[in-house]
Parts: sequence; C-alpha cells; structure tokens
Amino acid sequence: MLTYTVRRTLEAIPLLLLISMILFAILHAMPGGGLAAYAGNPHLTEADIERLRHNLGLDRPLYVQYFAWLVRLAHGDLGWSQLNSTPATEALLERLPATLELMVTSFIVSLSIGLTFGIFAAIRPYSIFDYFVTAFAFFGQSMPTFFLAFILQWLLAVNGIHLQGFGYRLDFQLPSAGNMSTDGGDFVDRVRHLVLPVATLALIQIATWSRFTRASMQEVLHTDYMRTAAAKGLPFMTILLKHGLKNGLMPVITIIALTIPFLIGGAVVTESIFAWPGMGRLFLTALGQQDFAVLQGYLVIIAVLVVFCNLLADLTYGWLDPRVRYD
Amino acid sequence: MAVATGTLQPILGAAEDDLVVRRNLAWKKFSRHRPALVGAVVLALLAFVAVFAKFLTPYDFAAIDPAWQGSPLAPGVHGHLLGTDEIGRDLLTRLMYGGRISLSLAITAMLIEVIVGTIIGAFAGYFGGWFDYALMRITDIFLSIPLLPLLLVLTGIVAAKSTKASLSFVTIAFIIGLLSWPTVARLVRGAFLSLREKEFAEAARAIGARNVSIIFRHLLPNAVGPITVQATLDIANIIILESTLSFLGFGIQPPTASWGSMLANAQETISEAPWVAVLPGLCIVITTLAINFMGDGLRDALDPNVE
Repeated sequence: MLTYTVRRTLEAIPLLLLISMILFAILHAMPGGGLAAYAGNPHLTEADIERLRHNLGLDRPLYVQYFAWLVRLAHGDLGWSQLNSTPATEALLERLPATLELMVTSFIVSLSIGLTFGIFAAIRPYSIFDYFVTAFAFFGQSMPTFFLAFILQWLLAVNGIHLQGFGYRLDFQLPSAGNMSTDGGDFVDRVRHLVLPVATLALIQIATWSRFTRASMQEVLHTDYMRTAAAKGLPFMTILLKHGLKNGLMPVITIIALTIPFLIGGAVVTESIFAWPGMGRLFLTALGQQDFAVLQGYLVIIAVLVVFCNLLADLTYGWLDPRVRYD
Repeated sequence: MAVATGTLQPILGAAEDDLVVRRNLAWKKFSRHRPALVGAVVLALLAFVAVFAKFLTPYDFAAIDPAWQGSPLAPGVHGHLLGTDEIGRDLLTRLMYGGRISLSLAITAMLIEVIVGTIIGAFAGYFGGWFDYALMRITDIFLSIPLLPLLLVLTGIVAAKSTKASLSFVTIAFIIGLLSWPTVARLVRGAFLSLREKEFAEAARAIGARNVSIIFRHLLPNAVGPITVQATLDIANIIILESTLSFLGFGIQPPTASWGSMLANAQETISEAPWVAVLPGLCIVITTLAINFMGDGLRDALDPNVE
C-alpha cells in the first residue's frame, strides 16, 4: 500500500506541471496578456504600459516568465489582482471558505441520497421506487444547473410558499442571495441560505450517482458469491452490507471522482445565480474584467483540487481492492 | 498468397455478416424501447420546427413589436401565441430560431468531437506505444481542468481577439468540440485495444491490408455502437454547456437567440414575466430529455455489454 501511495502521488506531479504549463500558455494568449486590465485605462499611455511590462518582467521570453511564475506559485504567490488591488492569493483564499461550504455540503447531501437511492433501486429492480429513481436520474441529467437554480429561486425565494386554511397560516420563503444575512447571521440563518444552492448542486449529482450505484449494485447482486452467502443462510442485511456494498460501491468511487470537475463548473453557475460570495463568482467577475492573476489562480486552484480528489479516489480504490495496486 | 487469402476471406466475411445481423437486432431492440422512440419523435419535431422556422412564423427573430416594447406580453392571443419578451420580441419565434442555433451548434460540436476523438483514439488503441501514452496523459489533463471554467476563459479570449462584435456559433462549436474530444478518444481507444486482438483483425493483417485500412474498414465498424451512444448523449451535454455559456453572457450574443441567451436577462424580469425565462428553459429540458432517452435506447440496442 505504501509503494502504491508513493507511486500514485509522484505520478500526480508531472500531471500538475503539464496542467500549469497549459494554463499559463492559454492565459498568455489573452490579448494584452497580464496587462489586459490596464488596456482600457485612459490614464495610461502606451509608454506607461511598456514600462509596466518591463517592470513586471512581462517582456522576458515566455519560458522564463513561466519558471518565474512557477517559483512564485511554490511560495503561494499567485500575482497581483489588478482590480481588487490585493494579492490574488488573498482575494481567492478569502472566497475559498464559502465555496467549500457550498461544495462540501452538497457533496455530502448528494452522496448520502444518491447512494441510498441507487442501492434501494438495485435491491428492488423494476419496482415503483426503481422507476422513480430512474425518472429522477434522467430528469437530473437533462436539467441545466442554471435553469434549476433559477426555478428554485423563483418558486421558493422570490415567491415562496404561502398556504392558508383551517385557521393556520404557513409562510415558507427562503433567502434568494448570499450566504448569510447582512447582520451577521446565526446558524439557522446560514442553513436557510444554504438550502437552495445546495439543492441545485445536489440534485444533478444525485441523478448521476444513483444511476451508477444502481447499475454497479445490480451487477454485484447477481454474482455467485452473493448467492453463496444467501445459501449459507446469512441474514439479508449482513449479505448486503458486508458483501454487496463493499464490492458494489467500488466502481462508484471512480465515477464520483470523475464528476468533481462538473461539481466545480456547477458551483460557478450556482454561485453566480444565488450571489454566493465564493471563488466561482469571483472567477466570473475576474473574467468579465480580465483580471489576469485571479483567473490564472482560480484555474490552478481548481485543477489542483481535481487532481487531489482523483488521487484520493485512486488511493481509496487501492485500499479497498488490493488487486488495483499491482497493475 | 492466394491460398492464404482464400482461407482468410471467410473470417472477414463472417465478421461482416455478423455486423449486419447485429445491426438488424439493434433496430429491433431500439424500436421496443418506448421512451427512446418517444424521444426520437420529439426530436424529429423539434428539428423540423428549427429547420423550417422561417415558414412557420410571420415574425423576424429580432423584430420588436412596438406595442409591447415596454412591458412583456403574456402568452395568449394578441398575435403572439407565447407572448413577447422583455423588449417586445415574439417569444415563439425566438424559441424556434433559438432551437435552430442550439441544435446546429450542438451537432456541429459533436461532429468535431467525434471525428477528432475517433481518429486519435483509434490510432492510439491500434498502435499503442508512446503515442498511446502521450494521448492518455493529454486526456488526464483535459479531465483535470473543469470544462466550464476553461470554456469560459477560452471563449473570452477568442472573443477579445476577434474583430467581430460576437462569436459565431461555428466558432463556439469548434471551441467546445476541440475541448471535449478526449472522452470519445478514451472510449475508442478502449474499444480498439480489444478489437485489434480479434481474429478478423489478425486475418486482415495476414492478407496484407494496410494499417489505415484495417483501422477504418475492419475495426471501426465494430466500434460504431458505443461511439453512436456517446455522440448522442454528448449532443445533450453540449446543448446544456452552450446554454450555460450563453446564459452567463459568453456564448451566443443577442439579438441572435439561443435558448441559453434568452434566459440571460430573465433573472430581473422573473417576477413580472416568468414565461420569458421558463419557456426557453423548458425547451432545453425537453430536448435534452428526448436526447437522453434516445441515447439510453441506443445503448440498450448497440452496446454489447448491456445484457
């Protein structure tokens, strides 16, 4: 396991280097390059921009700039955010907690619901519940994140549910923007702000994961060892938990890791619609205003995040299934 | 040589017969898959409307009806069946033209993705070696950078570089297609890894067929099934991707309509005119649902791994 862990971790390094090269190259293709944000500024003359270019070292050969950037990156320096007038690292890290709050919560919610749906659908194939899960999965896969966010926001935050009858009155309305009320916000307030963005992100993940879990569990439930376990007279729950889940959920780990990039993409959209003060929203603002360092920094951070999640998935897989370690 | 060809020809012939049998069986399976059939019919209708939009509506997609310029008209009669949008353009007309852009963009992007992915995947799987290794590293990179942010940055760069006011749908299709081929390449590579070991591949090699001819004439027809399934499902994914891009303001720009761009301003008008946002959104969902159902039917019909 140790050699496997070391090998896998070392393999991630060249990948990250390649990714950093590509991201660096792409962003330098931007008109104006690292100085794009200054291009439209009427107070700066052509000579000012040339001087800035020289002072910032942007007139050096590209590979020199790349290595200089890489060295600074290693020190946690992502450059200067021209529009926030702060270091880009600071601007991004300030937004990281909100993004993680959103992504981790929706990850946990979709993991628990998605796997439960998939497992129960597999145990009772072609039951009403199974059809419900399948329909739900199709619906979730066909729904663009922004439209779902939009509908949820419209129905539950803009309009809300207002029912009246039998002498009671029910008013249910969720906040439509931000991650907490302006006056600070206690725990309940924060949870209320979380509901809609998390539901948006989770619904689509649940759709994907429940489908794969169902398929994978179905395969396992029909194996010989499951029949043997049943023939031995083991109780159903023991068979399911000890033999079924252990084998059936392994392929699901890979799928979950593969959908992380989509979760991040979905977070950009969700944060934009619900005015969630996260990194994704910062990225969109930076994109509109060509804030070079923030764009680059954001792409680097999410790429590292994805590579790390993939590594984690690989290691988990290797830990659960020893055969994987020797390929 | 002639003797060898004589004994090997039946193997190749049998492989081809097998393909025909499988094709007939696939059609039978597909036509029994009811959601897939419904999906296919819905798609055919949508495609018909998109192609003949010009003859189906009296309005121009950018024409503003001065009567409803200030406040959007709700669906009903008044000459605008589905009402007008926030600046008084006929919504039904825009939905038709929007469908035209969204569908043709998705199909163009899918074709680029499939052609590039198939060629690269086929060569990698067939020849293996360093080319295969390099390809797998490239796919790793593409799978590690989330597609949407990357796409947003790239369309931003291309738009800033281009002299035109907005990007044409072909440009956007190219960017999407050139970013999403690795999935197809991976799939085709996987298929070719096992196909190249098959008896008929051996036979084709033995009668002296050139590598390119083996790849495209003998092996590729056997990988068409999974490629078709993936291509179909990817049309739905690309429609969602394009609409997201346009919604965020980086894809199709007004006055050109795409289902996504029609939703771009909808957040402000949602309380007074919900139909302006809900209708294009519904169009996206109906289309992607239809495509996903069809893709599922095709998977049942074409994928040898399913039952």
